Amino acid sequence: MRKTLTGVALAAAATIALAQSADAKTLRWAFQGDAQGLDPYGLNETFTLGMLGNVYEGLIRRGPNLDIQPALAERWEILEPTRWRFHLRKGVKFHNGNTFDADDVVFSATRVRADGSDLKTRIRPEVKVVKVDSHTVDFITPGPNPILHSEWATWFIMDKEWTEKNKAVKPASVTAGTENYANFHSNGTGPFMIVERETDVKTVFKPFKGWWDKPQHNVTEAIMTPIGSDATRVAALLSGQVDMAYPVPVQDIKRVNANAGTSVLKGPELRTIYLGFDQGRDELLESNVKGKNPFRDKRVRAAFYHAVDIEAIKKKVMRNLSTPSAIMISPKLFSKSGDFKRHAYDPKKAKSLLSDAGYANGFEVGMDCPNNRYVNDEQICIAVSGMLAKIGVKVKLLAQPKALYFKKVLGPAYNTSFYLLGWTPGSFDSWNVLNNLINCQEKGGRGKFNLGNYCNKTVDGLTDSVLVETDAAKRDGMIADAFKSLHDEFGYIPLHQQGLAWGKSDKVTLAQRADNQFMMFYVNIK
Amino acid sequence: MSVLTADRLNEARRRFFDSDLWFSFTRSRITVLAAIVAAIVILSAVFAPWIAPYDPFDLSSIDLMDSQTPPVWLENGDSRFLLGTDDQGRDMLSAILHGSRISIWVGIASVIFSLVLGVGLGLLSGYAGGKVDAFIMRIAEIQLSFPAILIALLIDGVMRGILPPDMREQLAVLVLILAIGISGWVQYARTVRGSTMVEKNKEYVQAARLIGIHPMMIMLRHILPNAMGPILVIATIHLAVAIITEATLSFLGVGVPPTEPSLGTLIRIGNDFLFSGEWWITIFPGATLAILVLSVNLLGDWLRDAMNPKLR
Amino acid sequence: MLAFTINRLAQSLLVMFFVALVAFAMFRYVGDPVHQMVGIETTLEEREALRVELGLNDPFYMQFGRFVGNAIQLDFGISYQHKKPVTEMIVARMPATLELSILSALFALLVGVPMGVYTGLNRDGFLSKCFMTISLIGISLPTFLIGILLIFLFAVILGVLPSFGRGTVIDLGGWRTGLLTIGGLKALIMPAITLGLFQMTLIMRLVRAEMLEVLRTDYIKFARARGLSNSAVNFGHALKNTLVPVITITGLQLGSIIAFAIITETVFQWPGMGLLFLQSIQTVDIPIMAAYLIMIAMFFVVINLIVDMLYYVVDPRLRIERGIRGT
Repeated sequence: MRKTLTGVALAAAATIALAQSADAKTLRWAFQGDAQGLDPYGLNETFTLGMLGNVYEGLIRRGPNLDIQPALAERWEILEPTRWRFHLRKGVKFHNGNTFDADDVVFSATRVRADGSDLKTRIRPEVKVVKVDSHTVDFITPGPNPILHSEWATWFIMDKEWTEKNKAVKPASVTAGTENYANFHSNGTGPFMIVERETDVKTVFKPFKGWWDKPQHNVTEAIMTPIGSDATRVAALLSGQVDMAYPVPVQDIKRVNANAGTSVLKGPELRTIYLGFDQGRDELLESNVKGKNPFRDKRVRAAFYHAVDIEAIKKKVMRNLSTPSAIMISPKLFSKSGDFKRHAYDPKKAKSLLSDAGYANGFEVGMDCPNNRYVNDEQICIAVSGMLAKIGVKVKLLAQPKALYFKKVLGPAYNTSFYLLGWTPGSFDSWNVLNNLINCQEKGGRGKFNLGNYCNKTVDGLTDSVLVETDAAKRDGMIADAFKSLHDEFGYIPLHQQGLAWGKSDKVTLAQRADNQFMMFYVNIK
Repeated sequence: MSVLTADRLNEARRRFFDSDLWFSFTRSRITVLAAIVAAIVILSAVFAPWIAPYDPFDLSSIDLMDSQTPPVWLENGDSRFLLGTDDQGRDMLSAILHGSRISIWVGIASVIFSLVLGVGLGLLSGYAGGKVDAFIMRIAEIQLSFPAILIALLIDGVMRGILPPDMREQLAVLVLILAIGISGWVQYARTVRGSTMVEKNKEYVQAARLIGIHPMMIMLRHILPNAMGPILVIATIHLAVAIITEATLSFLGVGVPPTEPSLGTLIRIGNDFLFSGEWWITIFPGATLAILVLSVNLLGDWLRDAMNPKLR
Repeated sequence: MLAFTINRLAQSLLVMFFVALVAFAMFRYVGDPVHQMVGIETTLEEREALRVELGLNDPFYMQFGRFVGNAIQLDFGISYQHKKPVTEMIVARMPATLELSILSALFALLVGVPMGVYTGLNRDGFLSKCFMTISLIGISLPTFLIGILLIFLFAVILGVLPSFGRGTVIDLGGWRTGLLTIGGLKALIMPAITLGLFQMTLIMRLVRAEMLEVLRTDYIKFARARGLSNSAVNFGHALKNTLVPVITITGLQLGSIIAFAIITETVFQWPGMGLLFLQSIQTVDIPIMAAYLIMIAMFFVVINLIVDMLYYVVDPRLRIERGIRGT
């Protein structure tokens, strides 16, 4: 009797499950832009990789809290400091039915480093990738590298046979003169398949029945529409035309929350927004101070730092959707970030520092700012200009669209005196920040995005040690020392980590990841 | 001498107030109203530096903590800011007064620029015909092939390339005038050319030509007045377009510097706050713009009818 | 007529050449495409290599020559961003823009001409004054603000019209149309009005001005004296005579409607060529920008050609003169 009852209950449960899967759960969502293409090695950019992360998978993946989880690799071990062994998951199929194995990993390691790939940083060219057997692969590095796999959640594994059959062995390239099949079609191992795509208009996803993992979502179809205009995107969410939309402009959060049936999910993002000075040139490009560079004087940099009222920016410009930061990396990504405190807002001190440095009446300086790149970037710059005006510095603000802005400030020109920029370390690790932003500029090497050439050889030395140190505590200590030097020398003015604001319908539950990637396999629709 | 001048002035004044123009003006109530409104807006814009409570361009005087204050009659309003503040803490009233000043200056200057250029080329094109006509009209087509916004973008971009960085800010307004002005001449030229082509075959023009009046004279004295109706229609609408083009350029991020906003820039900035309840940041500049343009247009309407002798 | 047409066609080609030249000169001020094509971690050396590969470091005349050579064969190259042939992309986006533009032009004509005629005939009527004033409001606000206000009212507050996109589209042999479904038509209403409002005001005022002029001419007075009915005079004689400038302006405006669709398409996320173009400016996608500008130029050239030909039909005097000149 009991057995029968259980049987009936099971059958009922099965029926309910069937009924549930039978009725369609369509997720309609909107982002401000579209993925550039479907080739997983085409562009190293958050949204493109995030969208493809629903379709393709890497050896590892990141959980809702960005913790590293096994994905296509079941487990891995470090045989020796320079040899990592990855045991691949068995029974995994690509969307076209092909089986996933070691050949696909070796192939993908070659393709991601081929000409035309924008993700060459995922695996250094010196790393050897060796197939051990059909489901085991070794990675041999020239030196120890404790963070070898940290960026592999977005190194997606492609099907060797499929790319060969469709002549897409090389990554999509503009100069090839033809379309690359992989840029318009997809064949991953992930939970969703792309069934229809019209660039910049819509992309339609369907769940992949043969996915190796147990789905946590109940989506039966998902439609992504890019909506560029902020107001239109918010309107689409408010009127129920989409179930999820991001980003929501900070000033509209209240409106979305007040609207019946919609709310905003907030959280800190990993990107750090900061101000940089030109400390490399002997004379600033855009200033009325001639014959010397005021930013070479630490007191001037300190004066600027003390003049910035970060709490006012947080409250008024960012509407509390920002976390003021004392260092150049998100506290989520660095264990000792608690040791640092921002230099206080103190306009009086700023003014006296400035007159100590010989600029009692202030000076003029040009400032570069993007106006469509970061959350309220232009407003932050205007606010900073106002704060600096109060200590006598006259800022000539040039706020431009990102295409013009990057052309001006990035290398090789580095055509800027004072600028606002944002940075997310792709590896989720401090070494990336030190190497790119804080080390002295070297041709073809470190300091590529150190636009103002802040330079301290001790920090460079620490950076080199950090790269090969495998002991986590010692490593973090060295990173902290490097950040401390920068902090004491006022090398940059870190402002804040901007916040995430995802608008969603109350019908939808989802996980918000701090890297701003939207993973549809955490979505449930009521 | 001075008595003579005074007499002449009085004579002119008497003639003006006795004229049909003045009569038709006073007869149309809506025109009088429009004129008063336009005069108020324009005068307060001209005298903005003296009547505005604050200087919105002086960054050191504004405080971010004052931002997003609602108008004084609403809850949380602040008596210092009659119409509230914007997202940076600028007094809206002062910003609107100073913003109108920039907008009106850009609008009027670029319309005059377009009008002179367009009418001149249109007359020449229509009257001379042949190769001159073909040449001017092809240039017009080249230019029409680009949206006005793009022409303005192009000129703006080229100027940015040419001008040294520290001059750009000072010349931003002049660059805008040039950009919007050049982008607008074709309409005048096409219209004037069309009328000219029709008019020049009429008997009175042919008669004038026969008795040896200089072509320039014929164009200015006989053809132009006949084309004036449509030109005024276009000019009035164009003034609105010029001001709105300036706003749209700001919308695309290339207008005046955000630290010295025009009316259009204010609307663009406020636009972001429309859904969030801070309506005053966009509605007040928007309403000012609409009222200004509306009254200018109404004046244009009246002027067109009044100046057309055939309609009396 | 044939000689005239051939001559105009030759001139048109010259126009297109200049458009290409000017457009090309402009591109260097829009930004650096390479920074938009790669992620932020890509090294400067790789960026430079890509720049060389794309030929962006070649002298201006070489880049331009290459472009013209290809454009003659209707090959506008591969989009930097989408890595897809540009011609294909523009053709796919064209129906959306054309449907929107033609509908707004129709809206402008169907509303603007009757209003113009009415206000012309009843110059001092109360309704005329209302029309004149109300029509001005539509041109006293920037397009983007009108669009957003409409969305706010009809999509967010009333919830009766969709806030973005084309709704349901049906594929008719490559031409995706939104005219055959209720959803598609509903999605067209707000963008078409936003885009057509300005033209409507312009046409209405133009028709009114011309009507007023024509009604005072002697031959209309004669027509009335001959005892023709009011409607025959008003529509048979007067309206017909206002057509020269109306045709000119409407024809010219169709081109600028297509061009102005850029802003409307951005506000309503309308997947047409204008939106594609604006996005390509932001990402400095030179092949798309170039192709779009050439396309717009072609539209204008064709429209101008048609307008000039219609002049012949409407005004016989022009026909005689041009015929004699034989150009």
